[in-house]
Amino acid sequence: MPRDYLDTLESEAIYILRETAAQFERPALLFSGGKDSITLVHLALKAFRPGRLPFPLVHIDTGHNFPEALAFRDRLAVALGEQLIVRYVEDTIQSKNLQDGTGKFASRNALQTHTLLDTVSEFAFDACIGGARRDEEKARAKERIFSVRDEFGQWNPKLQRPELWQLYNGRIHKGENVRVFPISNWTELDVWRYLEREQIALPSIYFAHERDVIEYESQLIAVSPFIRLDPSDQITRRRVRYRTVGDMTCTAAVASEAATIADIIGEIACTRISERGETRIDDRVSEAAMEDRKKNGYF
Amino acid sequence: MDLLRFITAGSVDDGKSTLIGRLLYDSKSIWEDQLEAIERQSKRRDNGVPDLALLTDGLRAEREQGITIDVAYRYFNTVRRKFIIADAPGHIQYTRNMVTGASNADLIVILIDARHGVAEQTRRHSIIASLLKLPHVIVAVNKMDLVGYAQDVFDGIVTAYSGLARELQLPPVTYLPISALQGDNIVKRSAHMSWYEGPSLLELLEEVSLAGISEALPARFPVQYVIRPQTETLHDYRGYAGQISSGTFSVGDHVTILPSGATTRIARIESGAQQLQTACAPQSVVLHVEGEFDISRGDLIVPSGALPTLQQELSSLICWMDVKPLLKGNRYLLQYNTFRTPVVIKALEYRLDVNSLDRETTPDRIELNEVVRARIKTAMPLAFDRYTGNHAHGAAILIDESSNATVGALMLETEAV
Ligand SMILES: Nc1nc2c(ncn2[C@@H]2O[C@H](COP(=O)(O)OP(=O)(O)O)[C@@H](O)[C@H]2O)c(=O)[nH]1
Repeated sequence: MPRDYLDTLESEAIYILRETAAQFERPALLFSGGKDSITLVHLALKAFRPGRLPFPLVHIDTGHNFPEALAFRDRLAVALGEQLIVRYVEDTIQSKNLQDGTGKFASRNALQTHTLLDTVSEFAFDACIGGARRDEEKARAKERIFSVRDEFGQWNPKLQRPELWQLYNGRIHKGENVRVFPISNWTELDVWRYLEREQIALPSIYFAHERDVIEYESQLIAVSPFIRLDPSDQITRRRVRYRTVGDMTCTAAVASEAATIADIIGEIACTRISERGETRIDDRVSEAAMEDRKKNGYF
Repeated sequence: MDLLRFITAGSVDDGKSTLIGRLLYDSKSIWEDQLEAIERQSKRRDNGVPDLALLTDGLRAEREQGITIDVAYRYFNTVRRKFIIADAPGHIQYTRNMVTGASNADLIVILIDARHGVAEQTRRHSIIASLLKLPHVIVAVNKMDLVGYAQDVFDGIVTAYSGLARELQLPPVTYLPISALQGDNIVKRSAHMSWYEGPSLLELLEEVSLAGISEALPARFPVQYVIRPQTETLHDYRGYAGQISSGTFSVGDHVTILPSGATTRIARIESGAQQLQTACAPQSVVLHVEGEFDISRGDLIVPSGALPTLQQELSSLICWMDVKPLLKGNRYLLQYNTFRTPVVIKALEYRLDVNSLDRETTPDRIELNEVVRARIKTAMPLAFDRYTGNHAHGAAILIDESSNATVGALMLETEAV
């Protein structure tokens, strides 16, 4: 009997999570409140229950997050009885005297990397589990499942190891750490189908709701204290949902009537635009934008 | 819907990138914004289709140098299957890349340029496919448009390749004529080659049977992680978590724990919060056994009636992946499933030329991208299966303890072949 492909993907992800717990001394799961990291938490429960998770959930809060996602994060951590560590980009800006993002959609993406690296050294994390997928962007297609980073969080092609069969080599030198991507082989649609099959709860902003938005280069951006409104901006109230959940300043909403995950899957099947292309404002700057951020220690 | 992992192999310019681009494009796996990006870059177009090779183009450094240096993974699906393509580009590091990409593949598509026929590179790719024992081989004769879609060109290549396939003892090979550029026999059957009556490449990929290969093998369960909540309510809970490498386990099975040799029975099988009666590869599960044993990561649980080999000296084919050469007497760390042990290289038996299959006995060193058969001694006894009989449970890697790099891919053997 051929097994359903979601079972195969699930089994592989659980295997990777257990390898991480076994091979590293201080792993952490980077939790953003978005659907990919919610999927990771669900997989981690399957991997380690009835035991406790062998790692804390860590969130780097940019200060520009959606309140719904933050509330969801806090409720989830309490419901699971697991440790949640939150570190704030705002604090890094203050303590290190950094220049905050500027412009209409001031982004804290670059600053987020500082806070992440500080958090990694504060807790001496040797592995950070993340929900990145190889289908997200061309530069990710060659990313490893165990991706070795130097002390500066940088991805150096020379540190990367061939990954053969299911044998992951997590040995590192002092100061290095590993980013682990258990759902590398999943596509966006795979994640949605899994969320549906497993009936996993998501923050409300993933479903259609009313919101004040402005239209900018044919993308819908939520009105929030974090973006600069110009006199030419027209605020309209629209029915929208989010396809990814990042910062309010750089995540665009899509017009939608979807009330359930099945509706969302239906809508995605009809769109012809990628998740990043449709929802990320900052990626459109250049073809190589993602690649540069990755080199600099961004996830 | 199930999952098929395959790898594409071909010499430079045989049309590998175009083929992958075509599969993604015709299966509508490319989003419009990605298409627009490559349209902007495309200098040329055929049939109104942008240069599909650009879709699978990788990191910027490589783009600038015009070469590709690693394995990339691509995804697409049809209503019947999800597909993962390992795209292992050519050039200098080819053997290493191809072995890496092939290690997780169920199938290989070997591309041959219709104008050039079976080339030296074709031989090499086929030899690697035979070493890794890939269960399914498809030979796609590409650029048929450049030879007037002529049947005799295709037939000639089929005859030539059949000889090679016999020599290498490949599994039954499926042949098909294609034009990746024009889309002939990729998704839809070609109108230009009515003499070919077989399925298109995508139809073939959808129909290949994946059933039963690993479930039928002896059951193997490498213990990955021990779950011991040690709370009041779960005081006695002790579950052995791991992924079944091959075969099937059922509650009540008589099992042996290696290397200790202790015997017991399977008391329970759990997956998530569910209790299962049986579980098979590649499921990740938690096993419970009757009685109290000291079982930890690296131990192996197997049916008492089908034990693997337990020895300290073994032979292995090794594909060498490091710039530092492999020498007799070198020490490494062997990673075999969840088990690690120091090893020493006792002898380099022969170097296997991956272009000709020629053997050079007792070489004094093995360089990057070379394949050797070596004798190794492990610090602790290893409970293993031969790779030829059981892929999932016969493969290992070598780690250089000073650099931590993964330096060798091992296909384990018990005695000389
Ligand atoms: N006429 C023709 N040209 C092809 C075909 N497939 C690929 N090509 C061309 O062959 C060249 C090399 O193709 P590419 O996909 O980059 O090869 P790769 O090096 O194997 O990835 C390009 O100019 C392609 O357009 C085909 O079926 N017919």
